[in-house]
Parts: sequence; structure tokens; C-alpha cells
Amino acid sequence: MHIDPAKVDAIIQRHGRKREHLIAMLLECQEEFTHLPEPVLQRVSEQVEVPLPSVLGIATFFRAFSLKPVGRYPAHICMGTACHVKGAPRLLEAFERELKILRGQTTDDLLFSINTVNCLGCCGLAPAVTVGKDVHGKLKQADVPRILKKYRPKEA
Amino acid sequence: MAYRAHCLICTGTGCVAGGSFNLRKTLEAEIAKRGLDREIQVITTGCQGFCAEGPIMIVQPDGVFYCRVEERDVPAIVEEHLLKGRPVKKLLYTPPTEKAPIPALKDIPFFAKQKLIVLRNRGLIDPDRIEDYIAVDGYTALGKALTQMTPEGIVLEIKRSGLRGRGGGGFPAGIKWETCRHAGQVRGVAPVVICNADEGDPGAFMDRSIIESDPHSVVEGMIIAARGIGASEGFVYIRHEYPLARQRLQLALDHAREFGLLGKNILGAGMDFDIEIREGAGAFVCGESTALMASLEGKLGEPRAKYIHTVEHGYQDRPSNLNNVETYANVPLIILRGADWFASMGTGDVKENPWNGSSGTKVFSLVGKINNTGLIEVPMGISLREIIFDIGGGIPKGRKFKAVQTGGPSGGCLPEEKLDMAVDFDSLTEAGSMMGSGGMIVMDEQTCMVDVARYFIAFLTEESCGKCTPCREGLKTMLDVLTRIGDGKGRMEDLGLLEEMGAVMQDCCLCALGTSAPNPVLSTLQYFRHEYEAHIRDKKCPGGVCKELITYGIDPAKCDGCHACVRACSTAAIMGEVKKVHTLDVHKCIKCGACIEVCRRDAITRT
Ligand SMILES: Cc1cc2nc3c(=O)[nH]c(=O)nc-3n(C[C@H](O)[C@H](O)[C@H](O)COP(=O)(O)O)c2cc1C
Ligand code: FES
Ligand code: FES
Repeated sequence: MHIDPAKVDAIIQRHGRKREHLIAMLLECQEEFTHLPEPVLQRVSEQVEVPLPSVLGIATFFRAFSLKPVGRYPAHICMGTACHVKGAPRLLEAFERELKILRGQTTDDLLFSINTVNCLGCCGLAPAVTVGKDVHGKLKQADVPRILKKYRPKEA
Repeated sequence: MAYRAHCLICTGTGCVAGGSFNLRKTLEAEIAKRGLDREIQVITTGCQGFCAEGPIMIVQPDGVFYCRVEERDVPAIVEEHLLKGRPVKKLLYTPPTEKAPIPALKDIPFFAKQKLIVLRNRGLIDPDRIEDYIAVDGYTALGKALTQMTPEGIVLEIKRSGLRGRGGGGFPAGIKWETCRHAGQVRGVAPVVICNADEGDPGAFMDRSIIESDPHSVVEGMIIAARGIGASEGFVYIRHEYPLARQRLQLALDHAREFGLLGKNILGAGMDFDIEIREGAGAFVCGESTALMASLEGKLGEPRAKYIHTVEHGYQDRPSNLNNVETYANVPLIILRGADWFASMGTGDVKENPWNGSSGTKVFSLVGKINNTGLIEVPMGISLREIIFDIGGGIPKGRKFKAVQTGGPSGGCLPEEKLDMAVDFDSLTEAGSMMGSGGMIVMDEQTCMVDVARYFIAFLTEESCGKCTPCREGLKTMLDVLTRIGDGKGRMEDLGLLEEMGAVMQDCCLCALGTSAPNPVLSTLQYFRHEYEAHIRDKKCPGGVCKELITYGIDPAKCDGCHACVRACSTAAIMGEVKKVHTLDVHKCIKCGACIEVCRRDAITRT
């Protein structure tokens, strides 16, 4: 994938190149490039003057970051306690079965990926899942195909 | 201009997921179309606490409460209610245990027993408008603190109120402020105030809701704290999974700056203070004070040993006062109404010594296997039974209560015998759980306590930073043992091993993540030992959760042959003709439970 260094620089500039803003910069970079490829980490390291291993440390310490490409519509299955007792582990398996990938993987067409999160903060809607930016709550396994269909390109 | 009525649409995260922003647009368009736009105003508010019934809309001044409102309901609401004054019956709330709907918010049991201090403005004001907050006495406490009180007086007032930290440990806020103020003076270094909005407890959303529905209450609390402590800089550390909360908080800070409530020379009283938002990126351990401050500095969020206190040497080695969102949100009302008023609510006599009891209220996120899920605020000292059965409406589908989990991954599970216990910091700890930040997860007879213990230990194993050995290795071993028990391969000696390891971790881990990590295991061993024994000795999972120990089947007496399970089964393990009793082939069954979710007659068995 092509990385435009100017885009990375703009993000770094916005945060005044401050080390304290490393997490925020990386989050924005990830938003821009869907994941954190090595050239981005390299650029951040040079510009913010933090050694690459430290940048890599942050990028692997926090759950929100991904070093691998993720799908256009990442599915985040909530594994928080409220969702757990309402069947989240089985819901995760339903997504895995339907998309034929495992958690942490991306479909070949780069449309979906599956990951887990620890509470989306809408526990009243448990079990909850986000696909792209949308929250889907009170899900049953049987709902999964219908939900994913919304994001699939319409058949020609 | 005075409006005849207001439609308050909830735009908390739960209701937004249900489409409340579109609902607002449609409603406004319909109101305009019917020429009512000079009479009726549509307002968006923060979370009402009843997210499970969302999207929620309240019509004032009638106080009528609508739930599960969809865009297509809009014409009926406008025609029937707003024009003809007749509430739309099908959108009113009916408790699961009742037949008749309850039109008015104040009569709904879920709301009736709550006491709103922190959430006083929820659903009443538009969180994006500082004018709304000011109209309900917002920033009056700040005015009082700046003009009528000395910084020492502010700290003393908080101390005498007995306010204890709402983020987990329950440390008295006044004592922390006093120590921090003192450290700043002795060292001649300006302290910082930090707000912990990392909300790492999985299954809790108190802080998110407070920020989304009333961000200024937190900002005001922080400014007052800064005045008391002598700080000129503040931070809010918020998790990035909460975009809406962050956006509302940012707007609140911008407005506060415009109004001269942040920045230089606040309210002309010679105080300089500003607040910056910093994002966390999803690490549970970053909620711990030393890890949080490392993360604020742009370093790895690893905790350090606590013999150097962060109140003296914290962020950038400056004296740092860290409090939780809810702790700060309590501050303005304490200043406004006085310590005595606050101390009069709750348990114990806290005026001389804040450790003597628990004053005020606590916000809980009441979730899990309970009829009314949502966010509640109750006085300290209320019983678990009142929370679960009166406010929460009991357990769905007439099932039996088994346990309630409080305190998040550091807390424990309490059984039925403890339901009449008063909820406060010290009694929860004594019972082997803890207050924590306010997650309250209710479990019914179909929950497996071994699975719950394993769930928390798996969570903590992933989230442990790995720096200290007892935590890293202890958790891993515990997880292996619990997994083994869940798979039916456990041994009776395993139970003693778990207890022994738990004791070592409580003594030896570096930070509170590790020292409290055994709690979910120890508390379930204490109260639900028989379930562990059933897994080990009888190779049975009483809750019907652990896959290795259960077999699915169909109860012919209950099955009416509706075919729903046949459609839901992805491996074609269930067969049968419509209207005839179905059968299940255990060799094809992958025990995914999709059939149970769709069966209306409870006919799927797990034995
Ligand atoms: C592993 C761990 C995670 C924590 N997570 C949070 C959290 O998400 N939010 C929070 O307010 N406090 C959390 N705490 C507690 C904080 O360390 C700290 O005690 C608290 O923020 C202080 O504020 P308070 O006194 O107002 O409660 C956590 C503690 C530990 C050990
Ligand atoms: S536990 Fe899933 S949203 Fe909170
Ligand atoms: S988000 Fe609407 S009630 Fe909670």
C-alpha cells in the first residue's frame, strides 16, 4: 500500500510533535491508513524523535492498534462482562462461521475483519457488536447474516 | 420565546445506535410540516439510563415516557399527542411483569427508587449547550468556591463531606486533595489534576454516560479541585472507544473557555487553569494511577511500585491528583449545598473521618440477566435486593437469581444469601467483592460460575502488562487450571491450588491489577464451590455453559414444531417437519446455542 508521508507529517504537526500526544497521533494515523504499516511508525519515530522500538512498543501495547491491514468494515465483537453473560462468545463464533475467518483475521476481499473489544459502553444493548461505525445491539446468532449483508456490495 | 411543549430525545450511545439522530430530524420535519415549530421544541439529551428500551423520548411538561421510538412512529406522536394531547399507547413502557403501560416517567419503578445527585441533569439538558447547564445552577458552585471560600476551605469541605473515590479504591477525595496541595506547597511545584475516564471495567458505562449527558458537571468539579489544590493544568484521560463522550467533552471545554471559566484569570478571580483531553487506546491497566500517568507522558502504560506516591510525584514528576469522573461530578453539589447535606446520605458518620462510612450516592450500571438494564443512581446503603428486584425488576423469563458481580475484574460474585446486604464500600469488601467503579452484573441459573471466573482471569491474563512475575505467571496458571476444570478434566486438588495461588498473588503483585486479580476466583470458590465440584466430580456444568460437559437435546413435551431452530441451525443438526416434534442429531451439533436463542418455548435442553 502506498503511504503518503505528507499525510503522516500533517497529523504529527497537528499534535505539535509532542511525545505526550503519541497515542493520539497513532490513532489518527490508523484512521487514515486503517492500520499502522511500518513506514508510518518509522516516520512518526523520526519526526517525534522517539526511538522506533518505543513507538512499536506503544503500537503493540494498546489493543486499539493493528499492525496488519483490517477490513473496510471491521467487526468488533464486545467481550465485556455484560455481553459475555448474554452469549458473546457464541456470537463471536457465529461471525467467525459466517465470514469463514477467525478473530484477528481479515476476509480475502478486504471487506471484513473480526476483532474483540472489552465493552463498547452500551451494555444495556448486550450482546453488542460494531461493524464499521455502526453499533448493533441485542443480537442473536441468527441475525448475523442479515447484518453482514448490509455491508456487502449489492449483487449485480 | 416560550414553547408549549418539549420533546426530549435521548442521544446517548445506546439510543444513537437505535437511530435517535434520524428520529430527531424526522420529528423536527413533521413538527414543521404541521406548523407547530413555534410551539414545540425538540431537544437532544444525554443518556437517560434506560438504554435497553431505547430510543427514548420524553414529552414535557406532561412527563410522558416513550420507549423504542422509531421514525415511522413520528406521525402518530405528532398527530395524537402533540396535537390532540393523547399519549400514544403503543410506545408507552410496560414493565415485563405487568400488563398495563405506565405513561409517566416518575411512576416507572426503574426510575422511582433512584436518587439523582450525579445524574441530576440527565435527560433534562442538552449536553452540547453550556447555557442549559448554567440555567440549572451550573457553575454557581465554582462562583461560590472562587469568591466565598479559601482553597483550604474547599478541601476541608470535601473532606467533611466524606466523598470517597468512585473509581475503584474508595480513597477519601478530601484527604487526597489535602496531600496533593501540601506536596505542591512543600516542593514549590504546581500540581496537576487528572480525571480518570478510562473506564476499563468491561460491562460498565457510568463514566461514559455522565460525560455524555452532563459534561460540564465534570469540568466544574475539576476546576474546583484545581482551585483547592492549587493546580494550573488539568487532563482528562479518556478511552478512545468513546468518541461521542470525547466530542461532547471537547465542546464543553471550548464553551467553558469562551465563557471565561477556563483559561487565564477565571471569573476575574485571578485563577489560571486549563484542561486538555488525552486519549487512551484500550489497555485496562492504564486505568491504574501510575500506568495512567506514564501513558499521559507518551510512554508505555506500565505501572510502577507505589512507594512513591503519585500525589507527590506523578505526571512529569509533579504532584498529581487523580480522581474518577463520577468523583468530580459530585463536587459542585457538595460545594453548593454543603458537606453536611452530602454526609447525611449514605452509611456511617463521616464528618470527622471519611473512612467511617460511605456518604452520598453511587451510580451503577445494572446489566446482565435482569429485566431493566440500565444506568442507575442510588443512595449508599441501599440493599442489593432493592436494586435488583425493585429497580431492576428481577430476572427475565421467571428464571432464578444466582449471583451478582460487582467491582469488575477486581471484584467478586455474591450469592443470594448476600442480597440483603447494604451496598457500601466497606461491606462489599468484607463480603469478598468490592464497590469498584460501579459495574453490577446480574447472573441467573443459566450462568456458570466456573465460566465467569475463567472469563475474568482470561481478561486479566490478556490485560496484565507482564512486568511482574506473580501476576503474569500466576494468571496464566490460574487460567490453565480453570480451563481444565471447565473441560471436565479438573482434579479436586485444583481447588486448593487456586486458593494458594490467589493468596500469593494478593501478597506479591506489583500493582492492584495483580493483587485484586484472584478475587473473581476466590469469591466464586467461597460461595459457589459446589459448582466447581460438579464440574470436577460429576463432569456436569449446572449452568449449561461449558461445552465439553453438556449435550443438547429437544424436550418433546415442549416442542411445537415451529421450525425456528431448524432455520437457525448452521450444521443441519436439527430435523423435523413443521408442527411435528423436532429431533437433534448430537453428532452434527456444534453446541453453538443458536437454537436456544430462537426457541420461544424453552424446548432445547442442555444436560
Ligand atoms: C488495574 C486497574 C484499573 C483501573 N481502572 C480504573 C478506571 O478505568 N477508572 C477509574 O476511575 N479508576 C480506575 N482504577 C483506579 C485508579 O487507579 C484510581 O484509584 C482512581 O482513578 C482514583 O480516583 P478516585 O479516588 O476518584 O476513585 C483502576 C485501578 C487499577 C488497579
Ligand atoms: S459489556 Fe458489551 S457493551 Fe459493555
Ligand atoms: S442511551 Fe438513551 S437511555 Fe441510554
